[in-house]
Amino acid sequence: MNLAIKAENLSKAYQLGQIGTGTISKDLERWYASIRGKEDPFLKIGETNDQRSKSSSDLVWSLKDINFEIEQGDAVGIIGRNGAGKSTLLKILSKVTAPTTGKISGRGRIASLLEVGTGFHPELSGRENIFLNGAILGMRIKEIQRKLEEIVDFAGIERYLDTPVKRYSSGMYVRLAFAVAAHLESEILIVDEVLAVGDAEFQKKCLGKMNDVSKGEGRTVLFVSHNMDSITRLCEKGILLKNGRIQSYDQSSKVIDSYLRSDSGTTSTRTWSHRDAPKNSLVELISVKAHDANYVNKEFFDITESVGISMKYQVFTEGYIFHSAFNFFNGNGVNIFDAHEYLDSNNKPKQIGTYEVVAWLPKNLFSEGNIIIGAAILTQNPFVIHLHEMDVIVFNMVDQTNDNPTRGHYVGSLPGIVRPLLEWSITKI
Amino acid sequence: MNTDNQEWEINSKSSLFDLKLNEVWAYRDLLGLLVRRDFVSFYKQTILGPLWFFIQPLFTTIIFTFIFGNLAGISTDGLPKPLFYMAGITAWNYFSDCLTKTSTVFRDNAGIFGKVYFPRLIMPLSIVVSNLVRFGIQMLLFVFFMAYYYFSGAHFQITWAISLFPLLVLLMALLGLGTGMIISAMTTKYRDLAFLVGFGVQLLMYATPVIYPLSIALTKYPKYAWLIEFNPMTPIIETFRYGFLGQGSFSWGSLGYVSGITALLMVVGIVVFNKVERTFVDTV
Repeated sequence: MNLAIKAENLSKAYQLGQIGTGTISKDLERWYASIRGKEDPFLKIGETNDQRSKSSSDLVWSLKDINFEIEQGDAVGIIGRNGAGKSTLLKILSKVTAPTTGKISGRGRIASLLEVGTGFHPELSGRENIFLNGAILGMRIKEIQRKLEEIVDFAGIERYLDTPVKRYSSGMYVRLAFAVAAHLESEILIVDEVLAVGDAEFQKKCLGKMNDVSKGEGRTVLFVSHNMDSITRLCEKGILLKNGRIQSYDQSSKVIDSYLRSDSGTTSTRTWSHRDAPKNSLVELISVKAHDANYVNKEFFDITESVGISMKYQVFTEGYIFHSAFNFFNGNGVNIFDAHEYLDSNNKPKQIGTYEVVAWLPKNLFSEGNIIIGAAILTQNPFVIHLHEMDVIVFNMVDQTNDNPTRGHYVGSLPGIVRPLLEWSITKI
Repeated sequence: MNTDNQEWEINSKSSLFDLKLNEVWAYRDLLGLLVRRDFVSFYKQTILGPLWFFIQPLFTTIIFTFIFGNLAGISTDGLPKPLFYMAGITAWNYFSDCLTKTSTVFRDNAGIFGKVYFPRLIMPLSIVVSNLVRFGIQMLLFVFFMAYYYFSGAHFQITWAISLFPLLVLLMALLGLGTGMIISAMTTKYRDLAFLVGFGVQLLMYATPVIYPLSIALTKYPKYAWLIEFNPMTPIIETFRYGFLGQGSFSWGSLGYVSGITALLMVVGIVVFNKVERTFVDTV
């Protein structure tokens, strides 16, 4: 495979605080050091970029010793918390700012979309702006003319082509801007989180276009997003940045896994040590995990597969009929439903020992997004909740769109918190 | 653009004299479109449209005629006063517009420069060309005035030096561009200079023979006239007047002096500009 981009020891330092009268003396010192052939005296004291801790120096490394190679035709998602260095990396790649040390080399033209509609002039018409924006991105007039129809078609603004863009709705504006960048004949496409602005349908369209670009045309795509769904859908590889360093560079699902793990501390499996476990004198929780039909623990489940929730607990005292219960919340904190186990076979006092209970969720139940599980142990007659732990595990439902019976041929976003498969019938009357 | 599969490298350091002129050439279409943008957006939603280009020099000429010509009674070397002033104003405006607009190019375009890469030199170049269009239109007005005064029997003559006109325009453009680029590069970190440019250019006009002929300055203040002669815009304006109106001091020596200064400022300007361009986004 051919390399499209190769970064070697890439670092970028930023100066914190005010730039003012104090800086001129430092500039002079820096200049004096450079004419003596010495290193920049202020670069040494920089630290990694942990925004939450107050640091002693006013220089910060937004990126530090970044090394990676990206092969031609790869779609790579870049993820990380705000301030992890994602945008800085894209800025250096797009040549907007130069790295402090290190270098990036590569092959092929780069089209970067760090912002929607850069250089659009509000007074100019859509057509004039297509040309201006295209030229800013590095296209020749002839090239734009050739692509004009395609661009207008993709943006869906034919009727407004000769209207000043200041009269456009924000959606039209975004569509037009993305259309211009996406139709640039580049070998490398860099897209920052710009799609967040458009409506759901347009986001799908853009992702589709980026998919075509990377898989169909063999171009390299770098994509920054906070939307893990779009990243899993578009990118087969992912780079996780943390405090300016690369924490992992692997398959995107694995990278997102470790991102979610490191970020919230909650994953789709939880095992307690005896010391921290939720317990009382009768019973203690040991573990809870989400898994697929083969009992393999996963962070991501397709909405069309069945998900199992297994819980292990330890009984200390004989003679109680323990039942298990789960709460199901979505990412917005909506309690989708609760479920209490009631098995006839279980309806007798339990002996001392370890038990494992499995609850199978039907296929096509949740819609996309996070599912957060709470777990409880309770007894009936009288009803007592012995243990109840919220936010025990979190997993993700993803909608892969293809072969999904609940959405037919529709590819846009389906609202709602559940996505059951209905039985449809149609008769002529 | 045929840069398919071309290898590139982004480094922390770049050569001081890598002026990237080939890149500028590759983006020449952008230059044209930016000029068009400036021009079109200037008169969109106006009634008078491009006529506004005439109004500024016209009114300035009228006011100068009254104040400096009639009230203060400064000599115009025997030329019709409006013609004398208009010649000075038209040429001076071109230079000062180039200078002031280029000197804020980084700040004015920080938004776009911070989001997309293209050879930054395109921006100041587009300013110079946009102003050239404007200057061209204002020259039409000047020629119209010349014709009017000629037919009403005023006393002036066109000399051979008019053939130097393209050279004069080039010198003014490059002089404004070079100085502007140096200032723009210096103001990304320290804004102080930007304030100076604002009124500095206005003051500089009085050190340039726009409202008086150089000959008057030489006879009235022989001691300080070197200051005016030292100003590179002086020979340009004087030659301009000599060419179009037949009055003014012309010498090859002073023109050579201006060319030298201009070339020097241009080279320094591009080098400084290219150096700052790489990281100015972080400090502007």
